[in-house]
Amino acid sequence: LVSTEEDIYGVYSHLLFKYFLAEGVVCGHDLFVASAKELPTNILKELPAPLLDNCRNEAREETTTVTSEDDSMQIAWRYQNFPKMEASPNTSSRFGHYYDISKTMSSELIQSIKCHSFFLPEEPSLQPTIKMKNMNCGYARLLQSIQKIIYQEGFDGSHPQKKQKNVLRIGIQSLGSMLWGDDISCADNPEDAHSLTKFLYVLRALLRKSLSSCIITVPAHLIQNKAIMERVTNLSDVVVGLESFIGSERETNPLYKDYHGLIHVRQIPRLNCLICDVSDTKDLAFRLKRKQFTIERLHLPPDLSDAASRSSKPELAAAAKLLSSGRGAAAGGEKHLDF
Amino acid sequence: GVSLKEAKERGQLVFLEGLGSCLNVVFGEEEPEEEQEAKQPHPLQFLRTSFSSSGTVSDLRALFDFVRTALAPAAGDAWQGRVLLVDELGVLLSLGAAPVAVLDFVHYCRVAVCSRLQGNIVVLVHSDEDSEDKENELVVTSMCHHSDLILWAEGLATGFCKDVHGQLKIIRRTSLQPGGQHDTLQLYQYKIQERNVTFFARGMSAAVL
Repeated sequence: LVSTEEDIYGVYSHLLFKYFLAEGVVCGHDLFVASAKELPTNILKELPAPLLDNCRNEAREETTTVTSEDDSMQIAWRYQNFPKMEASPNTSSRFGHYYDISKTMSSELIQSIKCHSFFLPEEPSLQPTIKMKNMNCGYARLLQSIQKIIYQEGFDGSHPQKKQKNVLRIGIQSLGSMLWGDDISCADNPEDAHSLTKFLYVLRALLRKSLSSCIITVPAHLIQNKAIMERVTNLSDVVVGLESFIGSERETNPLYKDYHGLIHVRQIPRLNCLICDVSDTKDLAFRLKRKQFTIERLHLPPDLSDAASRSSKPELAAAAKLLSSGRGAAAGGEKHLDF
Repeated sequence: GVSLKEAKERGQLVFLEGLGSCLNVVFGEEEPEEEQEAKQPHPLQFLRTSFSSSGTVSDLRALFDFVRTALAPAAGDAWQGRVLLVDELGVLLSLGAAPVAVLDFVHYCRVAVCSRLQGNIVVLVHSDEDSEDKENELVVTSMCHHSDLILWAEGLATGFCKDVHGQLKIIRRTSLQPGGQHDTLQLYQYKIQERNVTFFARGMSAAVL
């Protein structure tokens, strides 16, 4: 369960959200997109296009020139290199794909996988049948919907005769915001402070018991009751906080002039082991370039050497691994179900 | 290592996996009233029931009953001593149990396990230096007050270090015993590996020597 604390305007967290889903499409996973504010189909239309092998070299050349276009529409995520799925089966140990956000993913690619969606305003307002005391209705219906899909599509092993095991990637936008009917983001002493944490507990239970993984974004900056955010952190496997410099005094700070924001890794996953690979890098920052979104170790502005405009691969590998790991359940046999 | 799986099969280990069993409680089928009463309530029943008139105390009673029955001596079992391991108490708060209910639960367990069965209880709690979670801090403080032994793991005061992940304080509450003096304190440092933790005295990390 990957929890992302949203940056103030939600720009970058939405980006991470789309990348998670895009990676799912490219890997052939099934998707489940839930939102209370945006139509899932619109979200799917905006997924970044994956970079195929021949484009990758072009992209790499671009990064060596130090461009400082601060056009906030051009963003891209740079995972470690991973050859196309159809290519040779044994390759580097790194995983992930390149994406180019200036282009959107083709609709054929999206249609090649199964997408389930949950859009709160359009859900029929039936009383949820799950039995939890005092659970926020929106969350209850979402849980029910997820559980139903997991069961029906056999992600929890309930239909063993189904052809091939697959992974379900769930993305839930802005949990805890008012749009879900939760008042923790607008009241100091919310009436029901436990709905979100109960929801996360049951969600994680569902993830553990099935081949699913999930990303949620939470408007942490709006939640006044910090105790709730502490509990959310404890209840998640991976927690990443995004802090963008937009509108803050850091925007003009020369230390940060190459970057658009900071990434705080608040929790790393410890699934089936005592500790996972802890990166040496504690200070991570991100920036938008023309077609790429990079996560780098925070360092002083480079002294005109062009090697410094790209972060070294080991650091990115650590960052990408930290942010991409933390899956919910037991791995399948195939290599692309890498956990 | 110890094989928990075998222990479970032998009946030596009773494992209540909250995450797994909560799914039964939450998504389980609706049972007719009579059946429900006859059956033993699920240990995580408190997730399901709405507020009862007796308030908070009844919330975790089903969980306590589960513990009590699991540890009750049965004919023919040769196990010496009883241990209750709880991981992690703060989750109960996140699930809506009141701090008082959690403390009551622990108290009942102490009576049942420590006094009656001469066993031990080990409880895990999370805490943070600047935590704003008052309910959790209440539970943690109470646990510390009532414990005979406190194992306190925390990061190094000097910040992150690759070879020493933190320090472990072992506090023996000798002051609680009659005629006892001050609590004794031992300090170790540790490094966590994937399946193991190594402990060493302060300043004796392998990286330094």
